[in-house]
Amino acid sequence: MVKFLSLKEAVAENLHDGDTVAFEGFTHLIPTAAAHEAIRQGFRDLTLIRMTPDLIYDQMIGLGMAKKIVFSYVGNPGVGLLRRARDAIENGFPRLIDVEEHSHAGMANAYEAGAAGLPCAVFRGYRGAGLAAVNPNIKSVTCPFTGEVLAAVPAIRPDVTFIHAQKADRKGNVLVEGIIGIQKEAVLAARRAVVTVEEVVDNFDDLHPNLTVLPSWTIAAISVVPGGSHPSYTHGYYERDNAAYLEWDEIAADRDRFQAWIKKNVIESSADDFAGRVEHLRKAA
Amino acid sequence: MSDADDPGFTPNEMMTIAASRALKSDDVCFVGIGAPSAACNVARLTHAPDITLIYESGTIGTAPDVLPLSIGDGELCETAVTTVAVPEMFRYWLQGGRISIGFLGAAQLDKFGNINTTVIGDYAHPKTRLPGGGGAPEIATSSRQVYITMAQSKRGMVEKIDFFTSFGHGEGSDHRERLGIDTAGPTLLITDLAIWKPDPVTKEFTVVSLHPGVTREQVQETCGWTVKFAEALDETPAPTELELKTLRDLQARTKAAHAGIAKGKA
Repeated sequence: MVKFLSLKEAVAENLHDGDTVAFEGFTHLIPTAAAHEAIRQGFRDLTLIRMTPDLIYDQMIGLGMAKKIVFSYVGNPGVGLLRRARDAIENGFPRLIDVEEHSHAGMANAYEAGAAGLPCAVFRGYRGAGLAAVNPNIKSVTCPFTGEVLAAVPAIRPDVTFIHAQKADRKGNVLVEGIIGIQKEAVLAARRAVVTVEEVVDNFDDLHPNLTVLPSWTIAAISVVPGGSHPSYTHGYYERDNAAYLEWDEIAADRDRFQAWIKKNVIESSADDFAGRVEHLRKAA
Repeated sequence: MSDADDPGFTPNEMMTIAASRALKSDDVCFVGIGAPSAACNVARLTHAPDITLIYESGTIGTAPDVLPLSIGDGELCETAVTTVAVPEMFRYWLQGGRISIGFLGAAQLDKFGNINTTVIGDYAHPKTRLPGGGGAPEIATSSRQVYITMAQSKRGMVEKIDFFTSFGHGEGSDHRERLGIDTAGPTLLITDLAIWKPDPVTKEFTVVSLHPGVTREQVQETCGWTVKFAEALDETPAPTELELKTLRDLQARTKAAHAGIAKGKA
């Protein structure tokens, strides 16, 4: 049964040290507020899964919260590199992390296999690609009908998935729209799912019947956090803060400046601060 | 450079415009971010108005007014014919064989069109950890053809890449066929100095056209392998006024749109 909780309670109830966790979002709807709450609660030894680990994983890796990262694009989207993740991978600072690297097709198929309850995903991929030689989780199977050799990767099954979405209704059903990314698969592949939403509405009676709605019984907890995906965006609510992504490149380039930024903007802040961060990005309705 | 020598366009503008000319209205193009994105949208705004542009965030048939900073900007979704989930994008649309052109950039490129965007140095102990492949490993093998665009430099165009992120023609010749890959792979390389095409037999990229004012020496000096030139070497037509205006207007709109101020940040 889904619970409406404060973000602090939702994170504390569902995330634990050593968990395999996905904070998913494909440029759009990145669950930044949930990740910052996880930072404030100080979890350790996490295995972080995400197709496009961007600022939030750069922050968690830079704080030494991760023992392993599973990903397919470890960049600052549209800007360049992730400098805290680089420091960990290149220099072991602040700790060494294990790396499991895939392509987008590999990760997307693996999430889908997780949602489908399959042990692995089969697809046409990694042909001639160097990743197959450095990632032991990339294997191949032969089609029993045609003899074609196809790529196989294990299904992704997170202990917990966090996503951000537009809205929930009072029963706890959740609407995701716009660039929906891998969110539905990441929720259905996980043992538990926590969703932050912009708002709660009375009901979904007027929605188009084919929209992406996650039924309440697929979700463990919902927290209302307006602006909760900043500096990413929420389609229909506020735009992407591109300037913040550009600025992050400078903040993350320096270990001390990074720590100062985390102290001010995460440790000494709360989920309530996100609404103010998107005020200048809200479109005229 | 005196005014008399000023061609009226930059090498990067020439690169983007030359790349845009390679695209047709009936192409279905999987667009990489950066230089490919600019070229694809100039094509759409000039000679190829009906081109289908697809970004890996799931946006199909998108027509952005400004260039997206990321592959998932809201503008892409708002102007698209439809937006699908990421697994559907890679399974049905790319793997399903619906993409005619995969348009990629490169950090490191070799003469057979193999691309590295993963690491500089050893994979386990990299000197520089780059973002990695994202969608590119499968774009490179499932699109019917691959176009590549990048500015020339000795660091970027190298004899041997450090990591095979995206497979081009491998060691050349019939390497793709030997791996069972039935798509054409890289068929066109557009740099800031020249247009290159693979040799029909060896698959080594060969210069077929020099941009206006560019010499063979300049192409060689900015390339890490010994460059082969076609016997009949063309000169790339200079950008037209319409092409230049379209590109510059697009870039000006993009710059204005991305110049927002980050509030609530340290």
